[in-house]
Amino acid sequence: MGVMGTKLLLEHIDVPGIETFEVYRKNGGYRSVEKALKTMSPTDVVEEVKKSGLKGRGGAGFPTGLKWSFLAKPEGIPRHLVCNADESEPGTFKDRYLMEHIPHLLIEGMIVSSFALGANLSYIYIRGEYIFVMDILEKAIEEAYANGFLGKNILGSGYDLDLRVSPGGGAYICGEETALLESLEGKRGNPRIKPPFPAVKGLWGRPTVVNNVESLATVVPIINLGAEEYGKFGTELSKGTKLISACGNLERPGVYEIDMSMTVEEFIYGDDWCRGIKNGKQLKALIPGGSSVPILPPHLITKTAKGDTRYMSYESLSDGGFITGSMLGSGGFIVFDEDQCIIKNTWNFSRFYAHESCGQCTPCREGTRWMENVLHRLEHGKGDMEDIALLEDVNKKIEGHTICPLGDAAAWPVAAAIRHFRDEFEWHALKPEEAIKRNFGMPRSVIV
Amino acid sequence: MFVTKIVQKERPVLSEKAKAEIQKVMGYYPEDKAKSAILRILHIVEEEAGGWLSPDTMDMVAEMLQIEPIEVYEVATFYTMFNLVPVGKYVFEVCHTGPCMLVGSDNILDHLEEKLGINIGETTSDGMFTIQTTQCLGACGYGPMLQCGKYYHENLTPEKVDELIEACKRGEVTI
Ligand SMILES: Cc1cc2nc3c(=O)[nH]c(=O)nc-3n(C[C@H](O)[C@H](O)[C@H](O)COP(=O)(O)O)c2cc1C
Ligand code: SF4
Ligand code: FES
Repeated sequence: MGVMGTKLLLEHIDVPGIETFEVYRKNGGYRSVEKALKTMSPTDVVEEVKKSGLKGRGGAGFPTGLKWSFLAKPEGIPRHLVCNADESEPGTFKDRYLMEHIPHLLIEGMIVSSFALGANLSYIYIRGEYIFVMDILEKAIEEAYANGFLGKNILGSGYDLDLRVSPGGGAYICGEETALLESLEGKRGNPRIKPPFPAVKGLWGRPTVVNNVESLATVVPIINLGAEEYGKFGTELSKGTKLISACGNLERPGVYEIDMSMTVEEFIYGDDWCRGIKNGKQLKALIPGGSSVPILPPHLITKTAKGDTRYMSYESLSDGGFITGSMLGSGGFIVFDEDQCIIKNTWNFSRFYAHESCGQCTPCREGTRWMENVLHRLEHGKGDMEDIALLEDVNKKIEGHTICPLGDAAAWPVAAAIRHFRDEFEWHALKPEEAIKRNFGMPRSVIV
Repeated sequence: MFVTKIVQKERPVLSEKAKAEIQKVMGYYPEDKAKSAILRILHIVEEEAGGWLSPDTMDMVAEMLQIEPIEVYEVATFYTMFNLVPVGKYVFEVCHTGPCMLVGSDNILDHLEEKLGINIGETTSDGMFTIQTTQCLGACGYGPMLQCGKYYHENLTPEKVDELIEACKRGEVTI
């Protein structure tokens, strides 16, 4: 239990002035740059990150070291590292927290990562609404230049790096890495057909790695501690710590750094963490990893279907697959109390995906709209039982038939909501007059 | 294309500060890739032009970047942050996505509509306030919330909304 409170990323977050270079440096900042540039080769850094078991923190959980090793290195063509700071998945606000409060940590991670990849020009692509965070980052970048950690011949190593921030303009789809690259090239954010993957043809057709803010920040403790020491935190398959942004009906929502060996129960109810459901209400549902992952009903939150304890790890949250499990995803942890309507929330998220579909693929463009309309009908007492079947049908037509995963991300949550809260859906269809007057309450699975 | 329907306006006269900033950010990309600066330039120019982008303003950006006007329209119409019609001085963009809804964004929207006497998407007749809804802004743990100009206003209650409106009227709110 001792390691539970361990902070590897946010250790110094409460130190006054930590957003400045001076205070950050005094608290051990930029040590990983010194270590990497002075004592390691780029390949050593890649190997260390591989060994650490770091999984991408942007949602998909792809092993970061492996991704780096795929980067093409054709002679004479520049390579780029792009940080994905688009953070638009509903429920997710951890990257903002990190960049706003400890911007130098991301910059430090990007210097080491760019060095590992042989990139001399790197970008932070940040969502346009975070323009106030961009100001903070740019100030910190200026300080890093002034202190010789960016620019030419960093620390006398002969390595050059320029780092710039580039804003979006309000579009969830630009979080998808190829849409992000289109946007960074100054175009509409339409995802590209893969292959070719960004590792071969990315920004301006050059080999590119795209990583999440938290993934790149995590490179700092990995290099400082060494992969082996870092790997002692968390579980065998979920090494290290993870930022969780907790929201919804909680006593104490916010951003927490957790050791992934923590139980879900401890995280929701523990005094050091979210302190339980607001106003002592009952827990009705949990979406553990951002709006795109399956919702869990009460009996599958703190325990898996097999009756095992559920942990805040990649493998435990996904135990049971999409039938009785979910995903750690982006760490957007959304909690619902007994007074919330599942149909209303499912409709709300469908509206989000319909609004954010880039419109390139017919199943996604049309399907998300259909789902939004049908769910709106059900929620407003105008639906019937056939609508539930229709939703399931539209769902299947979207799933797997689109260029990028937004289509799946829109379809899966609806399927999961119907699977786990069918009684509430049917009640809306069969008793519309009652459904517009009051909420359904807890699902039957809790009562029996 | 709906761009042709919107109001025409003279090109904005850019301040020296804005011109310098545009020059600087164009330098953030390799020489032949200046188009990458388009989103940033549109944000700068929109602010200079009173919070919206007219076709004339977009044409000006096309000239700066030496690209076709259509390339600017394409981008400006794709991204939701850009206003293609005039808006009020203070635009309240209220997040209405799931997590904010769970903690009462509907009430905040109702309250704003009642208080300002306008519906979502409308501007008060004195040109002071516009209400818009927006999708998740990455403040889900601090909802309900809204963005006004550059900054977020979080953990809102009807009382806090009233205070915000009054502070705007007194010119005390930075945007
Ligand atoms: C629709 C969609 C939205 C996404 N949004 C984000 C995002 O906001 N931030 C992010 O880091 N990754 C996002 N991703 C995942 C990225 O495509 C990519 O996998 C990720 O940035 C890789 O970084 P990582 O390996 O470090 O996680 C999104 C993916 C999809 C399909
Ligand atoms: S799945 Fe949707 S968002 Fe993705 S490319 Fe197709 S239309 Fe665009
Ligand atoms: S849902 Fe409102 S900020 Fe995320």
